[in-house]
Amino acid sequence: MQTSIIKKFAMAISGLFLIIFLLQHFIINVTSIFSESIFNQFSHFMGKNFVVQFIAQPILIFGVIFHFVMGFYLEIQNRRATKYEYFKENGSANSSWMSRNMIWSGLVILSFLVLHFIDFWIPEMNYKYIEFLPDDPNRYYEELVHKFEMPWRVLLYCISFGLLSMHLLHGFSSALKSMGANKYYSKFVKNLIHLYSIGIPLGFCFIALYHFISHI
Amino acid sequence: MSKKKLTYSLNYRKPKAQYNSSDELMICIRYYHKCNTTNKTKVIKKSTGIKCKLNDWNSDWHKTPLRRPVKDTDPNHKKKNKLLKDQVKNFDFFDSSISSPNNNFSSALNSKLPVGSIDKKWINYKNSINLVSPANKRNIDVIVVGTGLAGGSAAATLAELGYNVKTFCFQDSPRRAHSIAAQGGINAAKNYQGDGDSTYRLFYDTVKGGDYRSREDNVYRLAEVSANIIDQCVAQGVPFARDYGGLLDNRSFGGVLVSRTFYAKGQTGQQLLLGAYSAMNRQIARGKIKMYNRHEMLDVVIVDGKARGIITRNLINGKIDRHSAHAVVIASGGYGNVFYLSTNAMGSNVTAAWKAHKRGAFFANPCFTQIHPTCIPVSGDHQSKLTLMSESLRNDGRIWVPKIIDDVVKIRNGNLSPTEISEENRDYFLERRYPAFGNLVPRDVASRAAKERCDAGFGINKTGEAVYLDFASAITRYGKEQALVNGQDESDKTNIEKLGKEIIKKKYGNLFQMYEKIVDQNPYETPMMIYPAVHYTMGGIWVDYNLMTTVPGLYAIGEANFSDHGANRLGASALMQGLADGYFVLPYTIGEYLSDEISTGPIPNDSEEFINAEKESIEKLDFFINNNGSKSVDYFHKKLGKIMWNKCGMARNKKDLELAITEISNLRNQFYKELKVPGDKNEFNEELAKAGRVADFLELGELFAKDALDREESCGGHFREEYQTKEGEATRKKEFQFVSAWEHIGEPKNAILHKEKLDYKNIEVKERSYK
Amino acid sequence: MKLKLKIWRQKNAKSKGKIVNYDIDNISPDMSFLEMLDVLNADLILKNDEPVSFDHDCREGICGSCSLFINGQAHGPDRLVTTCQLHMRKFNDGDTIYIEPFRAKAFPVIKDLVVDRSAFDRIQHAGGYISINTSGNTQDANSIPVNKNDADLAFDAATCIGCGACVATCKNSSAMLFVGAKVSQYSLLPQGQTEASRRVVNMVNQMDLEGFGNCSNTGACEVECPKGISLDNIARMNRDFIKAKISS
Repeated sequence: MQTSIIKKFAMAISGLFLIIFLLQHFIINVTSIFSESIFNQFSHFMGKNFVVQFIAQPILIFGVIFHFVMGFYLEIQNRRATKYEYFKENGSANSSWMSRNMIWSGLVILSFLVLHFIDFWIPEMNYKYIEFLPDDPNRYYEELVHKFEMPWRVLLYCISFGLLSMHLLHGFSSALKSMGANKYYSKFVKNLIHLYSIGIPLGFCFIALYHFISHI
Repeated sequence: MSKKKLTYSLNYRKPKAQYNSSDELMICIRYYHKCNTTNKTKVIKKSTGIKCKLNDWNSDWHKTPLRRPVKDTDPNHKKKNKLLKDQVKNFDFFDSSISSPNNNFSSALNSKLPVGSIDKKWINYKNSINLVSPANKRNIDVIVVGTGLAGGSAAATLAELGYNVKTFCFQDSPRRAHSIAAQGGINAAKNYQGDGDSTYRLFYDTVKGGDYRSREDNVYRLAEVSANIIDQCVAQGVPFARDYGGLLDNRSFGGVLVSRTFYAKGQTGQQLLLGAYSAMNRQIARGKIKMYNRHEMLDVVIVDGKARGIITRNLINGKIDRHSAHAVVIASGGYGNVFYLSTNAMGSNVTAAWKAHKRGAFFANPCFTQIHPTCIPVSGDHQSKLTLMSESLRNDGRIWVPKIIDDVVKIRNGNLSPTEISEENRDYFLERRYPAFGNLVPRDVASRAAKERCDAGFGINKTGEAVYLDFASAITRYGKEQALVNGQDESDKTNIEKLGKEIIKKKYGNLFQMYEKIVDQNPYETPMMIYPAVHYTMGGIWVDYNLMTTVPGLYAIGEANFSDHGANRLGASALMQGLADGYFVLPYTIGEYLSDEISTGPIPNDSEEFINAEKESIEKLDFFINNNGSKSVDYFHKKLGKIMWNKCGMARNKKDLELAITEISNLRNQFYKELKVPGDKNEFNEELAKAGRVADFLELGELFAKDALDREESCGGHFREEYQTKEGEATRKKEFQFVSAWEHIGEPKNAILHKEKLDYKNIEVKERSYK
Repeated sequence: MKLKLKIWRQKNAKSKGKIVNYDIDNISPDMSFLEMLDVLNADLILKNDEPVSFDHDCREGICGSCSLFINGQAHGPDRLVTTCQLHMRKFNDGDTIYIEPFRAKAFPVIKDLVVDRSAFDRIQHAGGYISINTSGNTQDANSIPVNKNDADLAFDAATCIGCGACVATCKNSSAMLFVGAKVSQYSLLPQGQTEASRRVVNMVNQMDLEGFGNCSNTGACEVECPKGISLDNIARMNRDFIKAKISS
């Protein structure tokens, strides 16, 4: 963990792990559009399965925290290496906005996550492990739909996913590069990255909007 | 007649009493020689490499009739005594060079050429050079000034051998030395192409290309080690161009009929320099090289007749330092910047070499300057430097000017584009004059031919100093070839042009791009404009076969010395010489001198000589800072450049040269009166550094003109208008087949000429013709 | 052309610098950027002012000395050129031009626009070489064939001129493009394999010690690099480094 390359390698690994998690999350969420019961079944499985709850979940939480902490740490270190600011700096001439502002898109995503935790995860934990409320395999869909009734929440949700898309557009390929993949990996991989980085966040937004609109 | 005396002795390294009778010791031959011309006794000392046990040594050898130093108690006594006798025979050669009956040739110059057949000389000589043991090398310091190809490679190799090396360069890193700008390639007699190349042929081409003004033995050695350079560089990781089979590729260069040039696109110099720099890095990491960047050498210090150190200025804070060592190597490059406008880097300067000259090293052939034919023409007064376009362009480009003067006028006014001129109205003057070599004649010939056309009024840009380098026919040729390969229609002109341009782009893309950036014209569409510019200086500090100057312990390598290129250098030979000197010659030959220094101990840097040299340097800096003039350094440098270019440039004559000497002398006086240097001496002050350099150029320029005036012939890069044939070709003179080595005694114009005769035993001196 | 220049002036490493305004006239579009500064300096000397110090040497884009941050970009607005190859025709009459030194913690300013890039040298000392001696009879140059593609890639990496534009332009002041190019040059060639692991670890460690930032793959370095060194070299270095760490 001392050397720069190991640090960015760790950043990349945690990032890729979160990317995989996001895909899984999306697949479950998207079922809510097609069928209430499948969604409930999936959610119930995830919420009750021992492996998911007590092995995968802690790893995920660690991954999220690690990614953020490391991100901030690297940002501070990099700022220290720059020391002086230029009077005039034309960053847009040579790099994309998202690549230069990962820390900001990351912060927005972090604050969204806080909201997300307050909305879903904390009540969920409360339901299951603190108040030990009765097991209800059909409650998940209702909770989900309920959250997307308020327009401000949907808006926030969409903005956050916009930034997540930007974060991914740079982060996904950056993670691969950090792990040593060539920039000119096949066109197929490149397209796949773009598809993922735009498609998944768009999909999440779609789910939110779908429930919001069908509620109206 | 001269007197000779010969003695044998044992080479004791510690007091006699400390040896056992069975210890083996080296035998040393001393040869005392009194010249009839000077009355000075010269001693030549030679350790033989033959060992002898203490009890086999006959200390009374000179009293015995056969004078045999090894007693017959030694089982090999016959063989050893015979070897010693053979060694003595070598001295007869020195004898003839020292007391040559022709008093024109100087006794002060002993080039120390070995005897024997030319192809064995270097091998035999290497076998007999004195060596320094690894334990002793640790106690010997060597200073290397300049870290280009020659300096960098020498420093790395010397450090590798075990010497303590200190390197100095004025750049912020050794990797920025101007060797980096060499584009075309490096020659080596590898014969990978199987086109009949050989060591002898490379030797022959180099001597002929140098117009028979270089030293035969040095050139042969250069050709011999050239192949080692390629092996060494590849092992170091230099990425030379390769074929699809994975083996090294070659290209051909001007003045030769084989392909022996190894290259790395248009950046060969950069790659080789980075190779030498990487070898240095390894030694720096080991602590064997101490690197002093942004340091400028201000003077060399001579103690008891030997070079013992240098005075330097730290360019960041102005601190003056004294550095001592057992030997000093000057590898500071050439002095082309005396012309102000040249292809040299802005910082390239003669100061180190000139200071060595002022301290006793003779300066040889200063007037031999190479003017490179393919440079981007001068565009205006603001220009600070000229840019070279690689000679390789002449492989495919054809050089021409219009035949009709009206067309020239129209082009200059912008009323006619060169592509509109029909074939029959173009004068491909190189192909016309030199049908055998055509556009690939050597540089001196090509440059003069371009100048001849421009002087006749056919120059095609506003200043009248440019000719065309045209790729149109190469584009068509390559295009047709490619169309044939692709099985496409050979009469489709647009397609052929497209294909041809692609091929040209692959070969010369980076050069074309560079041209377009500078001139703002697309060379794929309109022909390039080129004009000759100062590029390389063949002249430099005089050195003997060991690369030692006339000052013991002071060496000069690379472009800074004079030895290998004669009056004109062939393309891709500069890199070869720099690396040969640094990797394969100096590290061996320096042992001959340093083997006598093993018991000297560290050289103190607080002796009177050091303190005086330092004082002089500081006084000079103070003078510049305190001088209350009104003109900047560049003002004088530009003026000097104008004088040099107009009067000592591509064509010289007696009247102009005499004028140049006076004008430079006057300019120098004016410089000291009217110079203004802003700032302080204890800070980063580029103007102050420049002032010191230009002061030296102002002296060198005068010697340059004097040398050109003295050499009453035309040869290679030196062209005297008085000595030319009716067709405008150079007229060489047999009586000028010598090296002019100048001894400094005050004003450069009063320098004393010493001549070193050039004998050609292995090559027939012919009229150099490329027709 | 008439121009307004805003130039960073700093007396020495210890003093505080500031931007100073200069007006300059009679600039020809054919001049190079450094020749424009020459004109300014000639003026300043005559006015008894101190000329602006800047690094420069070969003025043909190969030595890597020149190092100006012009109008917010390393080596100015043109692509694939160094400052010395930038011509004034890239600017318009009346333009205001900011000229600043290359900035990074590892590149302290020496004076005005001159910075100390010796950190690069120290990284090279740590491993930028192949450990062979000058014997004169190393094996024949053609005894190891090298795949042309690898040889070309090694060459492309080796064309780095060490100017520092990558560091100057990087928002993190990371030197990974430089180090990546150096590591790649050797790791792509068979000659460099023997000590490849040691080399990459040592060079990266030295890079970190010098205080350069970390790479976040923005790709700015690749765009601003006057020699067009590819970002692939960083990926290759990462790969080599991780491989070396795993195998050790």
